Amino acid sequence: MTTTHAPDEGFTPIRAKAAPRPGTWISAVIVAALALGLIWFLVTNPVLEWGTVTTYLLDVKVVQGVGWTLLLTVLSMILGTVVALTAAIMRRSENPVLRGVSWAYIFVFRGIPVYTQLVFWGLFTVIVPKIVIGVPFGPELLSFSTRDLLTAFWAAVIGLGLNEGAYLAEIIRSGLNSVDRGQTEASKALGMSNGTILRRIIVPQAMRVIVPPLGNETIGMLKTTSLVLAVPFTLDLTFATNGIANKLFTPIPLLIVAALWYLAITSVLMVGQHYLERYFGRGFDARTPARAGGGGGRGGRSRQAAVNSAGTTPQDPLPEVEL
Amino acid sequence: MSQNPETPENPVGAASPVVIQVEGVHKTFGDLHVLKGCDLTVRSGEVAVLVGPSGSGKSTLLRCINQLEEPTAGRVLVDGVVQGYRAEPLPDGRWQKLRPVEIAAQRSRIGMVFQRFHLFPHLTALANVMEAPVQVRGLPRAAAEAKARELLERVGLGDRADHYPSELSGGQQQRVAIARALAMDPELMLFDEPTSALDPELVSEVLGVLKDLAADGMTMVVVTHEMGFAREVADRVVFMDEGRILESGTAEQVIDHPRSERLKGFLASVL
Ligand SMILES: Nc1ncnc2c1ncn2[C@@H]1O[C@H](COP(=O)(O)OP(=O)(O)OP(=O)(O)O)[C@@H](O)[C@H]1O
Ligand SMILES: [Mg+2]
Repeated sequence: MTTTHAPDEGFTPIRAKAAPRPGTWISAVIVAALALGLIWFLVTNPVLEWGTVTTYLLDVKVVQGVGWTLLLTVLSMILGTVVALTAAIMRRSENPVLRGVSWAYIFVFRGIPVYTQLVFWGLFTVIVPKIVIGVPFGPELLSFSTRDLLTAFWAAVIGLGLNEGAYLAEIIRSGLNSVDRGQTEASKALGMSNGTILRRIIVPQAMRVIVPPLGNETIGMLKTTSLVLAVPFTLDLTFATNGIANKLFTPIPLLIVAALWYLAITSVLMVGQHYLERYFGRGFDARTPARAGGGGGRGGRSRQAAVNSAGTTPQDPLPEVEL
Repeated sequence: MSQNPETPENPVGAASPVVIQVEGVHKTFGDLHVLKGCDLTVRSGEVAVLVGPSGSGKSTLLRCINQLEEPTAGRVLVDGVVQGYRAEPLPDGRWQKLRPVEIAAQRSRIGMVFQRFHLFPHLTALANVMEAPVQVRGLPRAAAEAKARELLERVGLGDRADHYPSELSGGQQQRVAIARALAMDPELMLFDEPTSALDPELVSEVLGVLKDLAADGMTMVVVTHEMGFAREVADRVVFMDEGRILESGTAEQVIDHPRSERLKGFLASVL
């Protein structure tokens, strides 16, 4: 062996050459050629009308549509998460009524297509025109016309949110169950109330398990908002691009406009998810792989700083490495 | 005072008041009869060491004291207060259970340290110690932090305050767990095999903290297999076997002069 002597360390690192893998190389070349062909096709195909795409990409209607779509996504995910957390906690309750109601909610809202649910919420003001608060069989104290309260936008948010809550409830429930029982016992032994234990100890640890699927669900919701026409709510991105396409008789470039925007928003959401995973992964490191289920969330800067400030830690079997 | 301070039941002295009183406690899990009528009195400042073979019910007895388990029969009093129930029975003879917040308040005065630490992994050592004083007692954060730093200093971990549990050795984690329990100013501390999950070279650092606590006059019940610790620190050694307390006395009486064959056999296996 050739030796590049490293006098300080007193050893010579192995100079390794990778084992030949012709199969991998051949398939990589084929895949790259196919990808190039596809890009060439997309760029040169006149039907795609890239000129129209660039004209309408920042059209006022389209940008407003992006805004409404984002608002629908965020609000319905918030509603869905709150409902799901409630349902998941009710599912863990000792009271059979609470457990039963939670089960029924998940059964109904997961079992009916979103589209059907959205149409239903659109018709809600017809089914329930007035909400009255008062003494049963006695005087009315307050009465609302639902038509004034439940605009198409809020009907869409409620429809999307309640449907989403049914899926998130199962995700949150398995997240809560993933936290070791010893955590609850230690908290109880300190005199914490059940609410405090849930809020301060269980939920923050469950989030590590919940955030990756929650990210998927948010991206799914972004795309599901394109169904709000069923309510009908007519300001979102898909409706805006469809409207322009119908006016111009050019559907294809406006589909591309919509697709590009959905991809752009998805990228932003993925960045957000990355930071959330890192935040909730703090304190869980690579040394405990059994507990670190998904998402390589590491403690990040503060953890590294903590290790550095401690100086050498002979008890640590693995040296800390900045990744 | 008429009591004799030399009786083995009362090695600390008659003056110190009773802190824990376990009266005829039974515990069943389905068909399994785990505790078969246990009586135990621990006085203020006393260190009681609980020994016995695996499965004899030591953990279950400890967990009955801070209501992590509900006794099937019998009762537990701490400072003369019945745990988990109203002091007086209802007119029909049943006992009225306390509400969860009341049980939590009773528990908050009893510190517990577990074999497997159960630190909160998402919080730093400092935040672990601060959590209960802030959330349960409503202590302002600044005061809680000052107190937590003092406690970490006391268990020899002043320089590890900002580490997460996953960055600490087993012995360090267990010392943080002790500091976390002490932060609630408990009147008594329960230890369930605090050193059993530790590598042998880390055991002494945790036992050292326990010895300091005992010297400071903390009332303690310690389940352990460390006979050396029992000999050195215990005011009383209690031997449990198959859900019963078979022998109880000073370390000298129980460890050096066992009476029952069961205890002789047990000691032969651990010494
Ligand atoms: N929650 C439970 N459900 C059913 N059985 C239980 C439960 N907790 C404890 N047991 C049983 O009760 C018996 C006594 O358990 P316990 O943990 O009190 O023993 P121990 O003396 O602490 O033993 P060790 O030294 O192994 O910790 C065991 O047979 C155990 O299997
Ligand atoms: Mg045990």
